[in-house]
This record gives sequence, C-alpha cells and structure tokens, in this order.
Amino acid sequence: MRDTVQPNRHVPDRLTSRAQRMLRSWEALLLAVAVAIFMLNSFASPYFLNAWNLSDATFNFTEKAMIAFAMALLIISGEIDLSVASIIALASTAMGLAAQYGAGTGELVGIGLVVGLLCGAFNGVFVTILGLPSIVVTIGTMSLFRGISYIILGDEAFRGYPADFAWFGQGYVYWVFTVELAIFAILAVVYGVLLHKTNFGRAVYAIGNNPTGALFSGIRVQRVKFILFLLTGLMSGLAAICLTSRLGSTRPSIAQGMELEVVTMVVLGGVNILGGSGSIPGVVIAAFVMGLVTFGLGLLNVPGIVMSIFIGLLLIGVIALPRLWAMLRQGRRAS
Amino acid sequence: MTKPALPVVSMDAITKTFPGVKALDAVRLDLYPGQVTALVGENGAGKSTTVKILTGIYRPDGGTIRIDGTPVTIDSANAAADAGITAIHQETVLFDELSVAENIFIGHAPRTRTGLIDKTQMHRAAEKLLREIDAPIDPRTRLRDLGIANKHLVAIARALSVDARVVIMDEPTAALSHKEITELYELIETLKSQGKAILFISHKFDEIFRIADRYTVFRDGAFVGEGRIADIDEDALVKMMVGRTVDHIFPDRGSTIAEDVLQVAGYSHPTEFADIGFTLRRGEILGFYGLVGAGRSEFMQALFGITKPSKGVCKISGKIRVIRSPADAVANGIVYVPEDRGRQGAIIGLPIFQNITLPSLGRTSRAGFLRLAEEFALARTYAERLDLRAAALDQDVGNLSGGNQQKIVIAKWLATQPQVIILDEPTKGIDIGSKAAVHAFMAELAEQGLSIIMVSSEIPEVIGMSDRAIIMRDGRIVAELEGDALRPETLVRHAAGITASPQLEEA
Repeated sequence: MRDTVQPNRHVPDRLTSRAQRMLRSWEALLLAVAVAIFMLNSFASPYFLNAWNLSDATFNFTEKAMIAFAMALLIISGEIDLSVASIIALASTAMGLAAQYGAGTGELVGIGLVVGLLCGAFNGVFVTILGLPSIVVTIGTMSLFRGISYIILGDEAFRGYPADFAWFGQGYVYWVFTVELAIFAILAVVYGVLLHKTNFGRAVYAIGNNPTGALFSGIRVQRVKFILFLLTGLMSGLAAICLTSRLGSTRPSIAQGMELEVVTMVVLGGVNILGGSGSIPGVVIAAFVMGLVTFGLGLLNVPGIVMSIFIGLLLIGVIALPRLWAMLRQGRRAS
Repeated sequence: MTKPALPVVSMDAITKTFPGVKALDAVRLDLYPGQVTALVGENGAGKSTTVKILTGIYRPDGGTIRIDGTPVTIDSANAAADAGITAIHQETVLFDELSVAENIFIGHAPRTRTGLIDKTQMHRAAEKLLREIDAPIDPRTRLRDLGIANKHLVAIARALSVDARVVIMDEPTAALSHKEITELYELIETLKSQGKAILFISHKFDEIFRIADRYTVFRDGAFVGEGRIADIDEDALVKMMVGRTVDHIFPDRGSTIAEDVLQVAGYSHPTEFADIGFTLRRGEILGFYGLVGAGRSEFMQALFGITKPSKGVCKISGKIRVIRSPADAVANGIVYVPEDRGRQGAIIGLPIFQNITLPSLGRTSRAGFLRLAEEFALARTYAERLDLRAAALDQDVGNLSGGNQQKIVIAKWLATQPQVIILDEPTKGIDIGSKAAVHAFMAELAEQGLSIIMVSSEIPEVIGMSDRAIIMRDGRIVAELEGDALRPETLVRHAAGITASPQLEEA
C-alpha cells in the first residue's frame, strides 16, 4: 500500500500574470490596429473627429455585432449559422406584414424576436437532432428563409411602420449615443459574462475543442448547441428589428450578404473558425475596427466595392501576421 | 509444392525497441510455402509489431530477414510488395467511394499508351482475380454497396493483385459471420494450393486448430516455441502462451467487501452485446476480460449512456436509474475512463484545471457562474493526489505526456466523488513503472470504498487486481470467476471459446 500522505509536488495555478497574458493576447494586437486606424482616419479626413459623424458611423457595425456575439459562441462550439441575414429578411417581412394589419410597436418587436427564435430552432433541429453539418443546413435555410420573403413581397416593399417603431433604429438614449449602440453595449456585457463567466460558456469551449471528450465528460453537447442556434436566431430577430426600424421599410433584399460580414467580424475578433477559442472582447474590438475602416473609407469617398476589398485584405492581413511572425522566428531558429 | 523444404520468409533474432518498451526481443519466425503458420500470443506479445516489420512499416533494430535464404531489407511498403509480402489487416484500408476494381488496383492500375488508366484491362484483371478466390462480385460495383464480408474479399483480391508469395492475415475473421468464416477457410485452402505462405494471426483457438499447419508462440516480445499443429493440443498451446512468471507484484488487498452498489440486468444492444447482468459491491474491483471485439467497451459505454440503442435495467444502491447520457451517468455516480484517451479522454485546448473541473462545475460554481478560486482548489486537490507532473494548472493538457493526460481524466472523475468508476484498459500502452503506480492507486481507491470496474485484456492484470472477473465473448458473459478459479488458463479458455473446460461457472 502506498503512503497517501507522502509530500506531493506543488503545482502552481498559473505561471504568467494576468497582465502578461493580456499583453500577449490577440485582443491587444487588435486594439493596436483599432487605435492605428483611428489615428490614420483622423489625419486623413477633417470630418472624422466629429461626435455626430462618429455616432452615425456606429450604425456600420451595431446590427452586425449583435449577431456576431451569438455567432462567436456558435463558432467557438464548432458550428456556424450562415442563414442569419436571411433570418433578418424573414423576420422583417413578418413584421412588415403585421404592420400592414395595424400591429403596434410592441407586437412588431415580439414578432421579430419570435420569428428569429423559430428560424434558429429550425436550424438547431436539423443540426442537433438529425446530426447534419451546420454549414450545409444553414446554406439551405439561407435560401429558404429569404425565398419566403421574396414570395411574400415580390418586388414590393413594406412601409408604414408605426412612428414610435423608429425609436430602435433612429433613437438616441443620451446625446450622440444611439439606442442601437446601447443595445450593442448591453449585449457585449451579457455575452461576455455568458461566455467567460458561466458554466455554459465553459461547456461551449469544451465542445469546440473536443466534442467527443465533452460528451464523455458529461456535457449535454446537443442541448448546448441547440441553445446556441436559438440565441443566434434571436439575435438575428433583434437585428431585424433595429435594421427595419432604421430603414423604415422592408424589401426582400434587406441585409443581403450580411452573414459574411458577421462571420468576418467574428474571425477578425480572434475566434478560431474551426472552433475552440476566441473571446467576446475580441469581437467587440473587431466590430469597432470594421466600423472605423468602413466609415473612414466612406469619408474619403471610396466606393463600397473597393471597401469590401479593404475589409478582405484587413482580415487576411490580421490573421496572417502572427502566423508569418511565427514562421519567421522558427526559420531563424532552424538556420 | 506441398513439401516445405525451405522457408520463403525467415526472420531471425529480430529485435525492436520502442521508448521504454522492448516490443520484440530476438524473435524468430519462419513461413513455409503452401503452409499456414499461426502466430499465437497474448495482446502485447509482439504480433502486430512483427506484422509491421514484415510489411515495411517498422524497421527492426537488429536481426535478419531472409527471403528464399537471401538477406533483405524491408524499409518501406513498396519494398515489402517487391519482396512479395502482402497483408490483410484487421481494419482494412479500402476506399468506399471507389469501385471494386479501382480498390484492387489502386496504385498499380494497368495503363493505356497515353498513360491513362486502362479501365477495360483493369476490370478484366479484377474479374479474373475475384474468380480465382470465388468471390461473386462485379468489379464495377462501388465498394460502399458491399457488405463487410465482400469488402474483405476485395481486400484479399487486392492483396493478391501484387503477385504475393506471402499473405499475412491479421485477425481476418474478427468481423465475419460463421458462414463467411467457412468461406474464408476455403479461400485459404486455395491460396495454400497455389503455394503461398500464409501467416495467420488469431486469438481464436478453434480457428487455429482448424486451419493452421504450424504455430509459433510469442510471449512478452520473446520467442517461446514453434512446431506443427498436429503435434500439440490446446492445453499445451495455452500454457505456452500464458505461462509466464508474474513480473510485477500486485498490491496485496484485503477483502472487505460490503453491500451491492450497482446491479445490472438484461443489458442488450442489437449488434454489440446481449443479456449482460452482474452486481458490483462496495470497495470491489471487478475485472472484465475478453478478446478484442468481445463487446466489453461497447457495454461499458452503454452503461455510461453513450452506446445507443441499448436497453436493460441498472440499479444503483437498490434504486432503478435510467441513464440516457453521460450527464445522467455522472449524476448517478457512474464515471468512465475511456480507452481512447486522445479523442474521448482529456480535452486538448483547455487548461488542466478546466479539464479536471468540467463535470464538477455544478459544485464549484454558484448559480451557474464560475468561481475560479474554487476551481483551482478542487483541481489542485486531485492533481496533487495523483502526483501530476505539470508546470502550472493553467497549462494546456495537450502539452502533457500521455500518462499525465490519463491522470487528468482520472482526477476529473474522482473530483465528482463517484460511486462506481469504470476503467477501460487503464494501463494499456504505459510503462511498467507507471503500471504499478496505477495498480496501487486502484487498490487505494477500492480501500476507500469506491467500486471499480476494470476492463483489461492483460491476463496478469485481471488476475492480480480483480476480486472477481467476468469474461465476455461475442457480446455475452460466458463466465464469472473468483478465488482459485481465477487462473490464466481458465480465462483464455472462456475468452477463446475452448469447450470442455474443467471449471465452468456460469454467470
């Protein structure tokens, strides 16, 4: 029998301090990029450093970022939802339809959120119960949800939303701070806490790193994934409310292509597209970076198509840099 | 053709060392034309290593391989093919989406003058090969449309397509039905009559005595003996196989066995296992022995809520519990340390402390919110109890050695304070020193009242550690042994299905 009270080796909790870890993090690099872009912009255009202009600029990212928070969790868990922009279209169409029959703002908000939840549940059932790959399922529902909008709307547009419905997309809570920015800030905190401070968030990381291992550790893998699809649908519904309110109308082409911008934001924020790692602060900074780049280029009268080239280059550049750096260092060591 | 004058292949004094383990220690093996040689030995005796050396996957550290008396170097799969050696593996590597003919000729398909694959020629050649082994398969069929037995025939045809003189069959019957096995025997007879030398690896004694002409026995990586099957009987062969001196001392355990903790009855699965029933007492170590494929791991994973669909009754401390998922099992005090440590064990990418606390978050957290201080405290308790070798608790488990990752998985489960811990091959692939530590720790846990189920394929471990042992074969419990009945010969007899055994205690 072995002596159980023998002096065992002491293993420290951590080797590096909190400050060291933060300095070396992806978020720190991204923050530096954000500051650099901010300074470049303020030199390049005299109109940049204006509170009201900057306030307008936040619309470039607030709606996308609402979805990006939920999407970040979904991608960390190893899944993805490419139907989010189409959920916006369907939710917006449903709200427009209801508005035609005289629905009030409260009812419209309810409809937007419920449609989003239902779409998320639809995706979730196929992925978690039938075990299909989420990328295939949501490419399918991307066409399906927007297709329904096209059938209902054709080349028409819904207008005639109640006047107070405009508050979500056009209102201000204080001075230059918009309602959307406030929602963004609240959600950033909510999702940050959910991912980094709760058991649920820990399960998301575990699943993303090793779904089989997580299952074998007693995690209810499919349940967690289903909840993440619900959340992503719900956030798409919320984004639909804000966007519809801001535009004041619904066309079936609303938010076309937004799913890729959302995924770009998540990946730029340092979330591993293969799952397992990433953080909400990263996504928040990435949202600001994308917003600043789009706004700055807009001030310089760069057309939208060129802008997407810049966003693409930014994404590839920011992701490739650390990798290139590591390769260079390894090469030096090897020689 | 039937007179074995000279061996085709002759391995002499072959040695192979892996870090910490001597897998083969100066073994010899001769294969004669037109004869089936059975290579017999326990798990870990060195059979697979031998196959890998013959097929060019491993290079021996010492010794000579002779083909027709000439020393050769087999340093690649191609060199093995050139020497006329081909193998049909336990899990054959075939391509589901390709046709039968493409599978047979992949890598060496006949070409047209322009360098493209000559399909007509390939199909004709494939047809001829399949006819030679009496396989009624259309070479144009896609492989995925075939059953497991026909896939096996394709694998054999592929092995023969390279003009083989030596055919290695590693557990060829593991996945086959009785009828298919009979057909395989006929095929082996055909190959024998063509003068091919066959190396036949099987744990099943009835097969060995049915089909083999010669035998060679390895034990713990060493050569024990060889001869003609006609000159030996089952008992003598079993003795050669297991008759070793126990090379490490198992912890001495007093039997303080108390009340039943776990009662299992009528657990069944459509294909993997049937009618499993047993009881487990507090502080007991219950061994589960059987051959690979006997359904032990599948049953354990069913008990843990993973293998579905399975049905059966599970009572914990006398109360019926329904276990539909690992989460249910953990909640009911049953935990499982898997054999597949890489995929099912530690979660690489998460730090050590998060791995350990993952199933215990309900206790370390408050209202669903993490409390890191509690997590570190819990992780530290169990990391130190298991003498974990790590730089810090926030280190990624991926940077730890296999043995330390195994400690993390065990620590993770002990932290949930379970009633029953299932250890699936707890010492597989770890060195002698660590083995002794694991065994001592298991004894200590049992002493403290934890009930342990130990799935093991190592006979000394089963005998040295178990209070009782259950033996499974073909998905069923065939015997339950304890005390003096727990002997190597008895275990092997039951597991291999050797009839007319002296003691048969039905479960």
